[in-house]
Amino acid sequence: MSQQLEIGGTGMPAMNKRASGSPKAVYIHIPFCTNKCFYCDFNSYVLKDQPVMEYLKALDREMELTAQETPPERIDTIFVGGGTPTVLTPAEMGFFLSSVKKHFPNWAPDIEFTMEANPGTTDLEKLAVMKAGGVNRVSFGVQSFQNSLLSGIGRIHNTDDVYRSLENARKAGLYNLSIDLMFGLPNQTVEMLDESITKALELGLPHYSIYSLKVEENTLFHTLYQKNQLPLPNEEDELQMYLLLMSRMKAAGYEQYEISNFAKPGYESRHNMTYWRNEDYYGLGAGAHGYVGRRRHMNVKGVTPYNEATAKGLPRLEQFTVSTEEAMEDFAMVGLRMLDGMQSSRFESQFGRRFEDIFSAPLARLLNSGLLLKRSDGDGYRLSEQGVLYGNDVFGAFIGHLTEG
Amino acid sequence: MSDLRERQKKIRNFSIIAHIDHGKSTLADRILEYTGALTSREMQEQVLDQMELERERGITIKLQAVRLSYRADDGEEYLLNLIDTPGHVDFTYEVSRSLAACEGALLVVDAAQGIEAQTLANVYLALDNDLEILPVINKIDLPSADPDRVKQEIEDVIGLDASEAVLASAKAGIGIKEILEQVVQQVPAPSGDPDQPLKALIFDSHYDPYKGVIVYVRVIDGKIKAGSKIKMMATGKSFEVIEVGAFKPRMTIVDELNVGDVGFIVAGIKTVGDTRVGDTVTDAKHPTAEPLPGYRKINPMVYCGLYPIETSDYNDLREALEKLQLNDASLSFEPETSSALGFGFRCGFLGLLHMDVIQERIEREFNIPLITTAPSVIYKVTLTNGETIEIDNPSNYPEVGKIDHVEEPYVKASIIVPNDYVGTVMELCQGKRGEFVNMEYLDTTRVTITYQVPLSEIVYDFFDQLKSSTKGYASFDYELSGYRKSNLVKMDILLNGEQVDALSFIVHRDRAYHRGRIICEKLRELIPRQMFEVPIQASVGTKVVARETVKAMRKNVLAKCYGGDISRKRKLLEKQKEGKKRMKQVGNVEVPQEAFMAVLKIDDN
Repeated sequence: MSQQLEIGGTGMPAMNKRASGSPKAVYIHIPFCTNKCFYCDFNSYVLKDQPVMEYLKALDREMELTAQETPPERIDTIFVGGGTPTVLTPAEMGFFLSSVKKHFPNWAPDIEFTMEANPGTTDLEKLAVMKAGGVNRVSFGVQSFQNSLLSGIGRIHNTDDVYRSLENARKAGLYNLSIDLMFGLPNQTVEMLDESITKALELGLPHYSIYSLKVEENTLFHTLYQKNQLPLPNEEDELQMYLLLMSRMKAAGYEQYEISNFAKPGYESRHNMTYWRNEDYYGLGAGAHGYVGRRRHMNVKGVTPYNEATAKGLPRLEQFTVSTEEAMEDFAMVGLRMLDGMQSSRFESQFGRRFEDIFSAPLARLLNSGLLLKRSDGDGYRLSEQGVLYGNDVFGAFIGHLTEG
Repeated sequence: MSDLRERQKKIRNFSIIAHIDHGKSTLADRILEYTGALTSREMQEQVLDQMELERERGITIKLQAVRLSYRADDGEEYLLNLIDTPGHVDFTYEVSRSLAACEGALLVVDAAQGIEAQTLANVYLALDNDLEILPVINKIDLPSADPDRVKQEIEDVIGLDASEAVLASAKAGIGIKEILEQVVQQVPAPSGDPDQPLKALIFDSHYDPYKGVIVYVRVIDGKIKAGSKIKMMATGKSFEVIEVGAFKPRMTIVDELNVGDVGFIVAGIKTVGDTRVGDTVTDAKHPTAEPLPGYRKINPMVYCGLYPIETSDYNDLREALEKLQLNDASLSFEPETSSALGFGFRCGFLGLLHMDVIQERIEREFNIPLITTAPSVIYKVTLTNGETIEIDNPSNYPEVGKIDHVEEPYVKASIIVPNDYVGTVMELCQGKRGEFVNMEYLDTTRVTITYQVPLSEIVYDFFDQLKSSTKGYASFDYELSGYRKSNLVKMDILLNGEQVDALSFIVHRDRAYHRGRIICEKLRELIPRQMFEVPIQASVGTKVVARETVKAMRKNVLAKCYGGDISRKRKLLEKQKEGKKRMKQVGNVEVPQEAFMAVLKIDDN
């Protein structure tokens, strides 16, 4: 395969030229929820009767083994996702955060330490423990400001919980807050989304994620969808919702820095940028994915199987080396999700090759079709306004370009 | 010499005539087994149908021959040549030639279903060749078997005496000996003269990569052996025989082939075209005075374009067609270019099944994904300057202003159905511009309906519609009956304002509007939504007769892609791309393969 990449010019060898060193980003998965939302296909389990403490100990063990295998250096970002990490009791939370600190002790002074939270699972006491344990950014799964829509997607919180949770967070000294919203929900109208955005903006947060609902397999929604019992908005409305939210966020001074993410300048999620720049991250916890030294791994999914596997070693379900070609394609696929685009210079420093040489054909096609634009500083490419709507057509043009014969 | 004449008296050449599913291949297998040509251990089900496709479809495409020896009840040892025939209407000419190589034929009729249209056609071919016809009523062990009714039918419909018809079940091995005894007693021995110059009929051939063309012959007069100089009378080509042999059933070299023998000749022949089925082989130095009658060059009736989906497969496609042609002189092809589909081939076939089989073999045996354009018949277009041209590709259809008149081929279609379906079938034929010829009762419940129908209408989904509207009870046969003047127009299809040559078709003016509307609807369903709206128009000349729109895909972007999603999202995009590979880029519109056949899937009702 690498013979296909005999492209002259840079005179650099086609080898892993990535910046050396350990991942600067850590993802940790807490797979417990109070209940399962109707659209959720993540690795999560209803909390009741789960061996939570055993899990946290197993996690501690995995962190220890991971630190032995790839000793961490300075950590720039930590992201605790789920599931709902905030279903942990304050005591469990304290235990968990101390084990993070123990195994990943070298934190950058400006570390971004995010924890996902659900309104209704965060009292002041827990938030204080989180803050004390190093968490400095909280991302709340709000989804909508219409209670009727919330119950229709299986969320157990209501809008009052949202306000209370945010207030508590601020009381606990947590100001870098984000909320998730969703559009394209069953029975949602453009007006309802508009109202949700108004209410979201009234909160004056530095960051918002706004996702289009995708009906995933193995969810209640998928079952209903197949039975034709899921009253999703029509396509035109769904498009209008997306156009509306983009323009409203822009008008409110938020930069859309990724397909579904908006931030005040300087408040972009640095952890998520790691993924989109195709950079390394540790992945810990049941079902978690990691990407270290161009190897991807996925952990054992179930809670008990994970606990048991960890007793014997690293709890890997599968792991494989990503070929240079695949990594190059991934770079484009994830990099172009950022509206600022991907930088050719970063590509060159990761792969020792010029992006333009490797992908000349799809690049020409996409630039010609107007879906892709050259970045204003000339270093790389970004989606055009049209390209944002047809992102998959852009990403898809790169996928398989090198890896398919 | 008298030995040879004695030997000749003990030869019986026969074939089996049967409708699809009436048990021909099974019967052939039983005969092979019974005569010991193959031990049961060697027996593969249906030995004679060797191609995978033949087995799957239960049809015989290439004919086969086999030499058997049989000790009859009279104590004598007989040499039997069983020549298998294809059962399908597309291959009528091959059937007629293999029948010409025989003196007798078993007429196998299903004891429950009775005579079918294709059986009838083949029986008439056998009668034309003066064959002794021995009726066999097969599948008598079926609960629904009604041998007396079927006997009566054979007598009434064909006028054959069926009183001695063997009641058999090939599957259960019943009646095999009786059949062989009848062959020995009733089929005449070959009548040729061993002292005359060589005269042999070519009834088939196949290409062997090591030996070249292997010619299947039936010797009428004289003999043939290695070293003989032979000449093909129609093509005029001469060859020196390298070896001769018989099918036992594996090909086995023998010293010589004599009067009445069925066997093969290897003579260093490079192309199948030099050895046309129906041609006469004679001695190059002492030729026979008259060739055997009945040879005709067979011409394709149906044409379509075959295009590789991947442009890079073009050369492989040509090689595949060349290889198939080695064994099938009736397949014709020449390069053609389509602005929509690129480089491909215009291919001519004997009929729809032939087309289907070739297409499927290319995709399966040669692994080349294809786009097939809708089949076309040959139109005779007389121009205003008096010149007449033949059009086998709608995109070559002349401008309206230059056309004086157009003729299209008609066929005589015979359909046999239970009388409950007479109305349905007549309605269908009428809907296909058919002209009623006559209707005859075969017995109290079954009817033969004859229509004159334009071949182009048969080429559209006539088979499928006939099958579905009669719940599969109808059987159908057709033969070309000549050309007739017709009021035809060329319909063009425009995608996104661009004419797609590969989608053009020729249609009767009266139904142009209707067809145009339906094909636009069909294409709207088939063409996936693109980033922009795609108008689909059907036009005759400059007049748009129908219009549909494929609405634009408004948004296509994955909302989430975080660390855990990357592998999964990648697979999703790969899958999306895989789907696109089955599409052809026409202008800036992605068109799926099936769209090019959409014109065929029109239900006029």
